[in-house]
Amino acid sequence: MNQKSSLMTKLSGSPYIVWAVLFIIVPLCMVAYYAFTDKTGAFTIDNMAQISKYADTFILSIWLGLLATVICLVIAYPLAYIMASKGPEKQSTMTMLIMLPMWMNFLLRTYSWMTILEDNGLLTSALNSVVDFINNTAGLSLDPVHLINTRGAVVVGMVYNFLPYMILPIYTVMLKSDRSLVEAAQDLGGNRLDVFRNVTLPLSVPGIVSGFTMVFVPSVSTFYISQKLGGTGTILIGDIIETQFQTANNFNLGASLSFVLMILIFICLAVMNRFSDDDGGVII
Amino acid sequence: MSNNIIELKNISVAFDGQQIIENMNLYIRDKEFITFLGPSGCGKTTTLRMIAGFQEPDSGDVFFEGKKINGVPPHKRQLNTIFQRYALFPHLNVYENIAFGLRLKKTPEKEIKAAVTEMLELINLKGFERRNISSLSGGQQQRVAIARALVVKPRVLLLDEPLGALDLKLRKDMQVELKNIQKRLGITFIYVTHDQEEALSMSDTIVVMDSGVIQQIGTPTDIYNEPKNAFVADFIGESNIIEGVMKDDFWVEMAGHKFKCLDKGFGVDEEVDVVVRPEDVDVVPVDKAMISGVVTSITFKGVYYEIIVEIKGFKWMIQSTDFQAVGSTIGLVVEPDAIHIMKKSQYSGLYGDYSSFSEEFDELSVAEVDEDEEE
Repeated sequence: MNQKSSLMTKLSGSPYIVWAVLFIIVPLCMVAYYAFTDKTGAFTIDNMAQISKYADTFILSIWLGLLATVICLVIAYPLAYIMASKGPEKQSTMTMLIMLPMWMNFLLRTYSWMTILEDNGLLTSALNSVVDFINNTAGLSLDPVHLINTRGAVVVGMVYNFLPYMILPIYTVMLKSDRSLVEAAQDLGGNRLDVFRNVTLPLSVPGIVSGFTMVFVPSVSTFYISQKLGGTGTILIGDIIETQFQTANNFNLGASLSFVLMILIFICLAVMNRFSDDDGGVII
Repeated sequence: MSNNIIELKNISVAFDGQQIIENMNLYIRDKEFITFLGPSGCGKTTTLRMIAGFQEPDSGDVFFEGKKINGVPPHKRQLNTIFQRYALFPHLNVYENIAFGLRLKKTPEKEIKAAVTEMLELINLKGFERRNISSLSGGQQQRVAIARALVVKPRVLLLDEPLGALDLKLRKDMQVELKNIQKRLGITFIYVTHDQEEALSMSDTIVVMDSGVIQQIGTPTDIYNEPKNAFVADFIGESNIIEGVMKDDFWVEMAGHKFKCLDKGFGVDEEVDVVVRPEDVDVVPVDKAMISGVVTSITFKGVYYEIIVEIKGFKWMIQSTDFQAVGSTIGLVVEPDAIHIMKKSQYSGLYGDYSSFSEEFDELSVAEVDEDEEE
């Protein structure tokens, strides 16, 4: 009996194992293979040696990704907090409003930011008419606002596109948390700030960690946002990888860049997790 | 100065148009163990939350040592709560959970350590300082919750069905332990439960509630021996509640027989509810009996047999150490001091008949804890 049931357990798990091998392990191995071989298939570390040339791009990508993630967190946290404290009807409306843009095509969303931010676009012209007004009335000569093709525009694109991935995990964690814990903290003499600092915040750390991961990873490796909103001035590592595969046809360099990027992201997240673990345990 | 620590005056609370508490007046004395007892949805948890400050009354006032505390937030009240599901902080270990309240008060680390150590001794969990909350059993979590509340030295401890989630054996132990802690520390305990046995064995005073109205306030013996109406008689222990007529002072007629009793002051021929506890009925041979009936069921309960006897269409429950065969006719004697007369109330006729015994019993013993939380 026992043997049979354990066999069944093994068999029922097999589709997932096959899936994991086929779509996770094999591609990873292929990336690693390309990263450490040249065009003829011989082993080489030349690709890896070239990577130092792209150090600035790596740093810029991680910096902008980090910036976008932190901005997302700053916007998302209060929003999630407010959402979780509302009645069920308001909650579902707000969740809907947050999800709705995600159903629109990603490229379309980014493209529309181009028209908002470009020099004759909606936002830019609105801001410039304000600038003109100030210049005329105060007799100043401020420069007209320029938004598109800046790093700021790229970060705006990242924040806009990935914000829901920060809100939803934090909101879910807050929703699940036990209301009586807040009451217990109040009961023991905690005012609103004490309760937030000692109970609500540490308990929402898992949501912050997963939100951080879900925003940081796509932000660091994006290429479309930087192409459309960053112009030629903001080349991210994603753009370079794309070029290696699409135009330069250098799979090996592309693969090694991806490989290094993967390791860097892994390190960032490990640091983040480490930090949050300490935080959760010690905060008081 | 009276020694009332908490006073509730003309309190009313309604949720979504539904009246939860209706014009309640209550005085709680310092250092007493008082229990709010009642079925789910009777308003007992709401009353507790009002005292704790989690709920504001729609009308009426709450006083603490003579001072009105309406609108005072929970963290500024000198009382602490043990929550239904303990509400321990999962991100903190046992030590930090207990130290929580002291840290908020910016107590020096040395004093915290001393106080927490003392508490761990009190609750018998020495050496558990670094343990995770999730690694503790229900009883241990319960005790940490008690320590966490007591370490801040509250004047009053509020306990919201604290033993509901524990198994029977542990519950009994914890009852004794709680009562001991209360005596030793000399602070007021306000206890909420739907378990009448728990209320009887621990309390100095019991407040029986139903539908947001206090039905009776008294000591456990008062409540058990002199219930005010059919609801109280039925909710506290087992009762046969029979319709009777007062023939004169000290004489009541029920089940076709005139019984001598100890009650007076009713009108002649006034209809009343008569309470006879199952353990106060004696089984005798039919020829020596006051009344007799046919046994319809018998259940062995260990110490005694629980026998259901049908007498003139009404099913009595009696407890006897002797076996009686189903279908046999037995005689019963009820002594005057076993009879308690109550005035008719809105509850008359609703309780005290054992013809639908099994369902009623289930309803009482498995009263839902969750419903109360909704209040």
